[in-house]
Amino acid sequence: MALTAEHVSFEYDTRDEAARAFSLHDVSVPVQRGSLTGLLGPNGCGKTTLLRLMAGVLRPRQGSIALNGRPLGGISRRELARHVAVVPQETHPAFDYSVLEMALMGRHPHLGTFQLEGPRDIAIAQESLAATGTAHLAHRPYMTLSGGEKQRVVIAGALAQLPDVLLLDEPTASLDLAYQLEVAALLSRLNRERGVTMVLATHDLNLAASLCDSLVLLRSGRVLAQGPTRDVLTGTLIQQLYDVEADVRFHEGAGHLTVVPIRRAP
Amino acid sequence: MTTSESTLARVGAGVRPIRTRLAMTMAAYGALAVGTCLLAPLIGSTTISLTRVFDRSIPFADNVDAQIFFIARMPRVLAGAVVGATLASAGVVLQALLRNPLATPFTLGVSAGAALGAILVISFGGAMALGPFSPVPLASLGGAFVAGAIVYALATRPGRAMSTSILLLAGVTLNAFFSALILFVQYMADFTDAYRTLRWMMGDLDVGSFGPIVGALPLVAIAFLMFAALPSSLNLLSVGSDTAATRGVDVGRTQRVAFVSAALATSAAVSLAGPIGFVGIVVPHLVRLMTGVDHRIVLPASALFGASFLVACDLVARTILAPVEVPVGVVTAMLGGPFFLWLLIRKG
Repeated sequence: MALTAEHVSFEYDTRDEAARAFSLHDVSVPVQRGSLTGLLGPNGCGKTTLLRLMAGVLRPRQGSIALNGRPLGGISRRELARHVAVVPQETHPAFDYSVLEMALMGRHPHLGTFQLEGPRDIAIAQESLAATGTAHLAHRPYMTLSGGEKQRVVIAGALAQLPDVLLLDEPTASLDLAYQLEVAALLSRLNRERGVTMVLATHDLNLAASLCDSLVLLRSGRVLAQGPTRDVLTGTLIQQLYDVEADVRFHEGAGHLTVVPIRRAP
Repeated sequence: MTTSESTLARVGAGVRPIRTRLAMTMAAYGALAVGTCLLAPLIGSTTISLTRVFDRSIPFADNVDAQIFFIARMPRVLAGAVVGATLASAGVVLQALLRNPLATPFTLGVSAGAALGAILVISFGGAMALGPFSPVPLASLGGAFVAGAIVYALATRPGRAMSTSILLLAGVTLNAFFSALILFVQYMADFTDAYRTLRWMMGDLDVGSFGPIVGALPLVAIAFLMFAALPSSLNLLSVGSDTAATRGVDVGRTQRVAFVSAALATSAAVSLAGPIGFVGIVVPHLVRLMTGVDHRIVLPASALFGASFLVACDLVARTILAPVEVPVGVVTAMLGGPFFLWLLIRKG
């Protein structure tokens, strides 16, 4: 499914100056069906805000966000959750749910208020755990897992929603190198095999280079540039985005562009 | 793919559907609650027999055992069951709403408001009476509503999710403020009234007849109807409010229903029996240790276990130093205080 932001502006309703930094101004981002779009930009540029707007958690002040042409405001929470799922940076449940319970909560939008999950829901949750390589952890308490295992379980919960669109907020931020590669491979596979459209906010330029077919560069709440990864991931744009000089070149072994930051631009 | 399929089959074998777990848990906790409520009235200064109580061949007017069972002891046992179930469920709901396993029904400041209302009437109400109703429960209900309304107004902002941190802070502040007012009123009151307020604050299930229980039932019923719609949303809310929203939960509405139902339940319980502490935290935690943390099981199981727990505590309260009665709030605190500390140590 295509998710389109058109001329979206948003400001947090607060007197706190610091929160102003996360505002967005006239942002238009067309996310094509089946694409894997990366959202890049410095801290406070509005990446998470844009994801929350796309997830329908926040409502834009101006402009609109539409799923296949339908504005999100006209879609109920439950229906939206059957199409769009979110993987937050970190998930800290207040109670000690098991891994299977965490995955089963992804079935919530498909169940009525008093409806309990049935065999089909359990099968979908287990399949989602299997797809993220965490099926063997099903009966472990979520809180006893490592960071990488937790993140994969949260992705499994989002997959159990059977979404067409998956929004991910720095999914690899707290993971070590091996888990970063593992999660990246998982996302790439889900995008390829299941046709899940993905939007991924990240600070990891090499992750974005390896995964994303298109990029959106956000700076101070405005779109600096967007387009296919090979066109947008350039030394010039990276310097404009982060005030950092970087060397961008194609890596034969990795098979994608790589970014090596050199120094802060004067 | 073959490995994941074999893993799937292995895991699938160990999964018991929620429907079965729920039925089994309800049967076990339900039996415990019924058993406790039937057993508790048999024990006391006069020992009576259950067979004699239900012996149809003796007319009720001549059946002393039945009279003691139904008239003297049953109202108190039922009050314990209603208050225990209500406080335990309100505890579960608030712990999920505030995403804090250490929250209690009294965290909201509702109980302190109830206490202030009750104490004002005890100290200054004199012989005030409103028809057949005793003024103290009504005043405590009024105090609870005022406190609840203040906290609610502070924590809700139009068109947005409730601020649970403001909810928590406002509740704690209001608790402290009302406690100070209570101390002041007690200081100004004469000796007898001060003792009565002190006794009220220790909690008392000796309601005298079925009347007060029936009076509290409409509020309790409304609260439980609201509770019934909450459990699966509470699961998600306790994982995180953004997660809940993106899984289809109307976060703002769920928070409002959770707050209002928990506040109603707590107000009803406190106006019936005074602020009986620790039930709302000990029971949910014990239940979670036994059943896991899924609110669809924890909430109804806590209601049933809360009923058994408070009836059992009250049995201890009225028999352990017989003929002297220990206030039931003292018994729950003696059990609950150390338990609470143990929870903190375990968490740390």
